[in-house]
Amino acid sequence: MTTATLEVRNLRTHFFTRAGVVKAVDDVSFAIARGQVLGLVGESGSGKTVTGFSIIGLVDPPGRIAGGSILYQGQDLAKLSEREMRALRGNRIAMIFQDPMMTLNPVLRIDTQMIEAVQAHTKVSHAEARSRSRDALGMVGIPSPDERLASYPHQFSGGMRQRVAIAIALLHHPDLLIADEPTTALDVTIQAQILAEVQKLATTYGTALIWITHDLSVIAGLADDIAVMYAGRIVETGPAEAVLDRPVHPYTHGLIGSVPSRNKRGEKLRQIPGMTPSLLSLPPGCAFRTRCARADTVCEQEPDPSQPVPGQTARCFHPLIGVPA
Amino acid sequence: MTTAPIIELRGVSKRFGPTYDAAARLARSLSRRFGSAPRNEVVQAVDHVDLAVARGEVVGLVGESGCGKSTLGRMVAGIMPPSDGQVMFKGTDITTLPLDRARDAKLKVQMIFQDPYASLNPRLRVADIVGEAPLVHGLVKRDGFDAYLDAQLRRAGLDPAFKRRYPHQFSGGQRQRIGIARALAVQPEFLVCDEAVAALDVSIQAQILNLFMDLRRELDLTYLFISHDLGVVEHLSDRVLIMYLGRIVESAPADEVFARPNHPYTQALLAEVPRIEARKRRFTALTGEIPSPLAPPSGCHFHPRCPHAMPRCTEEAPRLREIASGHRSACHLNDAH
Repeated sequence: MTTATLEVRNLRTHFFTRAGVVKAVDDVSFAIARGQVLGLVGESGSGKTVTGFSIIGLVDPPGRIAGGSILYQGQDLAKLSEREMRALRGNRIAMIFQDPMMTLNPVLRIDTQMIEAVQAHTKVSHAEARSRSRDALGMVGIPSPDERLASYPHQFSGGMRQRVAIAIALLHHPDLLIADEPTTALDVTIQAQILAEVQKLATTYGTALIWITHDLSVIAGLADDIAVMYAGRIVETGPAEAVLDRPVHPYTHGLIGSVPSRNKRGEKLRQIPGMTPSLLSLPPGCAFRTRCARADTVCEQEPDPSQPVPGQTARCFHPLIGVPA
Repeated sequence: MTTAPIIELRGVSKRFGPTYDAAARLARSLSRRFGSAPRNEVVQAVDHVDLAVARGEVVGLVGESGCGKSTLGRMVAGIMPPSDGQVMFKGTDITTLPLDRARDAKLKVQMIFQDPYASLNPRLRVADIVGEAPLVHGLVKRDGFDAYLDAQLRRAGLDPAFKRRYPHQFSGGQRQRIGIARALAVQPEFLVCDEAVAALDVSIQAQILNLFMDLRRELDLTYLFISHDLGVVEHLSDRVLIMYLGRIVESAPADEVFARPNHPYTQALLAEVPRIEARKRRFTALTGEIPSPLAPPSGCHFHPRCPHAMPRCTEEAPRLREIASGHRSACHLNDAH
């Protein structure tokens, strides 16, 4: 792998609530290189979104980064001041959200919002900022961008709004784009359009992309690498093909088996029994052991990441080796 | 098919529009008189749909948001009357039946909803949510009630010990099980599932899909399974219907649809469904968006996005015609050869 655009090491983001400490992200490490796509997969509450928020510095109290480092071009983002972080956020590191209205202000016209975003990071004239905004809209496939600049967010459809949010995120050709389920609320044909745009742009500008999702099918066609999260930890990482074809961690194996797919028509889906445990009362040791068929007394200890197969890392005492998904 | 279909729709349409008071009617007629046509405010959510579902069949209904699939499902379930056409249950139109027989017929068709948070009364205990209807309809007597209720809960995979709890004390997957137990408690023969697994996590979704398949075998149920997720529909269905802007554009056995999609919309939809079997690939996309149902395109609704559109497509709506045994499609291209 070439030098990483971003390297996250032993990141811990904890929420100090009245009911106790919620370890939403607990000892998470991964790296992503220029132009690469990392799929960060997990079910609700697995900590995938909080991981994204931690990188871009948007964790609100009672949550805070309790340990670890987030290395971007040699500097640790976790230690930057709010001022330094603001210079990077939206400029070198950008994020798109599931709901584009998280990005857009409903009472301002698109041009106002985009020009502001351009001028926040580069000293350019109003006219120049406007023309960059127009180009960005054109790039994400919005027809007649000149007229659309004067529209308000509510005048766009859901898919178009998401395109505007993507255009804003890409205004400064960021080195890193964090996409948090941006297509989950969209229809299949619109989702495909967005995927096509993002893929094209990431290739054009060499943007590293972290795609956060619960949907393995979306990731299968998009990602170079996959990291699977469960209860605040990355339980498996590896090249997309290896993880999807021969998962090592029993949770990944179960997750893939849960997805209805072509070659399993009408058969019973392989299901994972039980449900995700509350982060407030995790069992000691491996958090998955209460749902895992392979668990035994060893699993009451904390499993450390290991490489049961070259290139694939898993936190498991009983990894599956050479078992097809 | 030898037996009568359990549910049959004949030329069913549903329109939604504002009701005008006297002043609004006057304003509209004045504006018509002075040359400017008043804005169309009527949505044709479902447009002349014919559909027959045989006993024991699982029919998947696929479409994107706003295509009218939920409205169609609600008319099948009898909770929304059609604007035109007839909904027949076992060969009779429910609206022509005397009240008590109509009620019995309606009980036989139950619905399961998408949002397990919005579809359960938050102030009722599980025992009342599931047990009220069978008690009211006399399906069970007071003395056998507890045993009946426990059996219903157990069948949906819930622990009867939790029956005194309220919905907020359950997770999303368990709530969906409560919704399923509620629907099955009145001993239906037909279930309309409207995006019943869309709100659930993948591992929980698999549990619920397995439950649906078990129940089908156990209780000889017939399903109309509405979903935007082609993977889910392909997994469960015997037959698949594809809907676009209020019309059914293709209908065929599941194998056939996925192996030989005929309608250009179906083809595009299948090409763009993300699949777990896929590996790193280039995404290409159908251009354009679903037009507003307030102003649907003339002729074939799909023509502005269709790569094969011809002049005829803008003028004349294609009829749903049989192109192979059991495979029907609404596209003018099928006339060309």
